[in-house]
Amino acid sequence: MLLQARGLSKNFSGLVAVNSVDLDVAEGELLAIVGPNGAGKSVLFALISGIMKATGGSVYFRGEEITGLKPHLIARKGIGRTFQTTALFNQLRVVDNLAIGYRMRTSSGLFSTLLRTGKWREDTRRTMTRVAEVLEIIGLKEKAFHFASTLTQAEQRKLAIGIALMGYPKLLLLDEPTGGLTEEDTREISGLIARLHKDLKITICLIEHKMRMVMELAQRIVVLNFGSIIAEGAPEKIARDPKVIEAYLGVEHIADSQ
Amino acid sequence: MELFLQQIFNGIMLGSTYAIVAVGLTLVFGILHIPNFAHGHLYMFGAYIAFFLMTIAGLGFWTSLLASVAVMGAVGVILERLAYRPLRERPHIDSFISAIGALMILETSVIVIWGPQGRRIPNPYPGIIEVLGVTMSYQRLIVIVAAVSMILLLNLFIKRTTLGATIEAVAQNREGAMLVGIDVNKVSAITFAISAGTAAAAACLVAPIFIISPTMGALLGMKAFVIVILGGLGSIPGAIVGGYILGLLEAMGGGYLSAAYKDVYAFGALIVILSLKPTGLFGKEVA
Amino acid sequence: MNIRLKGRWWYLAIFLVAIALPHIVTSRYVGQIIIMGYLFSIATLSLNLILGYAGQASLAHAGFFGIGAYGVGLLTKGGVSFWIALPLSASLAAAIGFLVGLPTLRTRGSYFAISTLCLGVIISIVAGNWVQLTGGYTGVVGIPTPTPIRVPWTVEIRFDSLLAQYYLVLAFLILTMFAMHRIVHSLTGISFMAVRNNEMLAEAAGIDTFRVKLTAFVIADFFAGLAGGLYASIMGSISPSTASMELTFNWLVYLLIGGAATLGGPIIGAFVIPIIMESLQFLAQYRMLIFGVLLIVVIIYFPRGAMGAILQLGEKWRREWRKRQEEGPRVAASQRP
Ligand SMILES: Nc1ncnc2c1ncn2[C@@H]1O[C@H](COP(=O)(O)OP(=O)(O)OP(=O)(O)O)[C@@H](O)[C@H]1O
Ligand SMILES: [Mg+2]
Repeated sequence: MLLQARGLSKNFSGLVAVNSVDLDVAEGELLAIVGPNGAGKSVLFALISGIMKATGGSVYFRGEEITGLKPHLIARKGIGRTFQTTALFNQLRVVDNLAIGYRMRTSSGLFSTLLRTGKWREDTRRTMTRVAEVLEIIGLKEKAFHFASTLTQAEQRKLAIGIALMGYPKLLLLDEPTGGLTEEDTREISGLIARLHKDLKITICLIEHKMRMVMELAQRIVVLNFGSIIAEGAPEKIARDPKVIEAYLGVEHIADSQ
Repeated sequence: MELFLQQIFNGIMLGSTYAIVAVGLTLVFGILHIPNFAHGHLYMFGAYIAFFLMTIAGLGFWTSLLASVAVMGAVGVILERLAYRPLRERPHIDSFISAIGALMILETSVIVIWGPQGRRIPNPYPGIIEVLGVTMSYQRLIVIVAAVSMILLLNLFIKRTTLGATIEAVAQNREGAMLVGIDVNKVSAITFAISAGTAAAAACLVAPIFIISPTMGALLGMKAFVIVILGGLGSIPGAIVGGYILGLLEAMGGGYLSAAYKDVYAFGALIVILSLKPTGLFGKEVA
Repeated sequence: MNIRLKGRWWYLAIFLVAIALPHIVTSRYVGQIIIMGYLFSIATLSLNLILGYAGQASLAHAGFFGIGAYGVGLLTKGGVSFWIALPLSASLAAAIGFLVGLPTLRTRGSYFAISTLCLGVIISIVAGNWVQLTGGYTGVVGIPTPTPIRVPWTVEIRFDSLLAQYYLVLAFLILTMFAMHRIVHSLTGISFMAVRNNEMLAEAAGIDTFRVKLTAFVIADFFAGLAGGLYASIMGSISPSTASMELTFNWLVYLLIGGAATLGGPIIGAFVIPIIMESLQFLAQYRMLIFGVLLIVVIIYFPRGAMGAILQLGEKWRREWRKRQEEGPRVAASQRP
C-alpha cells in the first residue's frame, strides 16, 4: 500500500467532519473520492497532507507514519496536492510558481545564493530543466512568463497541478480539479490527469463531483458521506449501489445541471 | 500593610482604565481582526478633546466627557471607513500599515494643535477621604465606580440587546453571520464607535489624575494589545480580568521592581508567552 | 526565474552619478543629507526584505539598527577596530533577531507585528535606562570615525573627511544592493515572495515556511545592524532615539511610497522623501501627519508605490512602442500627401 489511513478523524468543536476513516491507496491506482457537499472530502485531504491536525487516527505513507508531520515534510516525502479553491502564487510568474514546487529538491542556502557558487548554479539549472519539463506536461509553455493572476480558469488549474508535480510526487491529491470549468476545459484537464496516471505512473486520488469524468477515469471509487466511507469499489459497482444513489445522486443532477 | 492596601487601591484604579481600553480593543481586534495599533492614540485624542472643552470652551467635566465620547465615536467610524474597510480583503499586513498611518495622524494632530508638552486637566473633585489608612481621592474613586459601571453596561449591551448580540455573532462566526444576512459593514462601524468612545471615556476619567501628553497613547495601546492577546482574542471577560491583573501588577511591582523597566516586563512577558503558546493564553487562532 | 538584464544600464548610469556626486555638490550640508539618505537606504532595503518580500511586518527594525549602532559605538570607543566592531555588531543584531524570530515567527497573522512592536519598545527602553552601558538618555558621544585602512606601501585611507565617509557609505550601500539583488533574483527570494503570497500553498508545495521567514528576518536584521553601525561611526554620537519607533515608521513610509517588494523603491523613498521634506521646511511640524496620510493612501491605492507605478508605465510604453513599430510604416505611408 502506498497510503494507508487508519481511523482518521477530525472534529470541529462538535461537528464531526471526518469520522474514523480507513483508506488504502495502492501504488499506481487512480482512486476517486466522491460524496455530497460537506461530506468531509476536502478535510480528509487536509488531514493526509498535514494542513490540518487530525483529532484521531494515523496516516502511513510507503509504510512510514506521517501523522502530525508539517505539510512541507509530507510534501517532501512525495505527496503533492492541489486545493479546491485554486491556490496559486498569483503575484508571481508561471515559471516562478513552478520553481517553488521544486525547492524541496534543491538545497542551496543563503551563502551559495550570495556567492553564486557552482552548487547554486547547478540547482538553478536543475530547477529550470524541471520547470521546462513540467511546462511541457501541463501545456503552459506559451504562458511561461505571464503572471499567474492573468491566466484563464483552466490554465490556473493546470498550473496548480504543475506546482504539485514539480517535486516528483509519488501520490497526487487533486481536490476538484475541474470544479466550475466548462465542458471543454474539463475534458482537457481530465486528459491531463489520465496522462499523469498512465504515462508518468503517478498514483492519484481525485475528489470530483462530475460523475461522468469519475466513471471514465477512476479504477476505484470511495464514497464519503457525513465523514464516513459508505461504499467503495469499482465504478460499475458504485453506480448501482443503492446507498450511494440515495446519498449522492441528487448532487449529480445538480452538478450536471450546472 | 497600609502601603499594601494603598497600592491595591491604586492598582484597581489603573486596572479599571486598562480593562476599558482592552475591552474596546478586543472588540475591534477579535471581531474585525483589525490590529488597530491606533487604539491607544484614540484614547489619547479623547483626553485632549476633553482638555480643550474644559479649559478653553469652559464646559463642565461630565459634559466634556460625553462630548469627547461622541466625537471619538465619530472618529472611530471615520477611521474604520477610510483606513480599514478598503483593505478588508487584503492581506493582514496592509491593515497594520494603515493603522500605523492612522496613529501618526492622530499623534501629530495633537502635537500640532496643542503642542508636544504635557497638559493638566483641572481636577473637578479635589477632595480626599481616608479609609483604613488608605488615602482615596474622590477622582480616583470616581474612576473606579465609573469604569465598573461602564464595563457592566457594555456587558449588558452585548448580552441583552439585539445589536450587541449581532456583534457577538459576528465575533464568533463571521461567515455565518454574513450568511444570515447581518450587515458586516454596519457592525464594523458600530464596533469602532464603541471601541473609540469607551477609550475616550477611560481617558477623560483618568485625565485629571495624570498629566496628558501626545505620547501617552502609544504605550497604553501596546499594553492593551498585551492584555487582549494574553486574555484571549475577542474575549471580553479575558480583557477585563487581564486589565485588572496588569493594573495590580504594575502598582504592586512598582514598589519592588525598577519603575523604568516595568513596561519591559509586560512586553517581555508577551513575547515569552507567545513563544510558548503561539495563539495566546486562551487563544483562538487569529484568522 | 526572472533574471533580467535590462536594468544593467540603469545601474551603471546611477553608479557613475553616485561616484561623481560629491564633486558636483560641494555643500557640506547637502553632503550630509546625502550620506543620511544612503544610510537610511540600507535600512529601508533591509526592511523591504522582511516586510516587502517576505510579507512579515517587523516593527522592531529601528531596534536592530540601534543594536548595531550601540555595538559599534561602544566597541570602537573601547578601542576595538571599526572593521571588527561593524561585522560583530551586525551579527549581534542578526543573532538577537534569530532568538526573537524563533518564537515569534511561529505565530500567525498579527501576532508577529505586535511582538516586534513590543521588542522595539523594549530595546529603546533598555537603551534609555541601562545607564552604565548605554549612557542612558544622553547616549554615547565621541564615537571615533572608522579606523583607517592601511594599504601596504601606499597611503592609508582615512575616514575623517566627509568625502571619504561618503564613499565608505556608498560602498556599503552598493554591497547591500548587491546582496539584495542576488537574494531576490534567486530561488531563495522567490520563496520569500511565495510565503508572502500564499503561505499555505507554499507549505503544501514543500517550502519550510517558518525557515524561510526566519532567514528573511535574520538577513534583514543583519543589514539593519550594519546600517546602524555605520551611522554611529559617521555621526559620532547616538542616543535612544537611534532605536526609536519613529525611525521604523519613517522607513516604513520611505519603503511604501518608494515601492515595497521592488529593489529601486526603498532607495527612491529614502532619498526623495527626506529631500522633499528638507526643501519644504515650513511643513516640518506636519511631517508625520503628512506621512500618516500618505501611508494610508498609498497602501490602499498604490500598494506597490512609486517604483511599481514606474514599472507599470514602462511596461505600457514598451507595449505601445512595439505596437507603433508594427503599425509605423503603414501610418507613415497613409500620411504621405
Ligand atoms: N476549518 C473549518 N472549521 C470548521 N468547520 C469546517 C472547516 N473546514 C470544513 N469544515 C466543515 O467540515 C465539513 C466537511 O467539509 P469539507 O470541506 O471536507 O466538505 P467537502 O466534502 O469537501 O464538500 P465540497 O464538495 O463542498 O467541497 C463541512 O461541514 C464543513 O463545514
Ligand atoms: Mg471540498
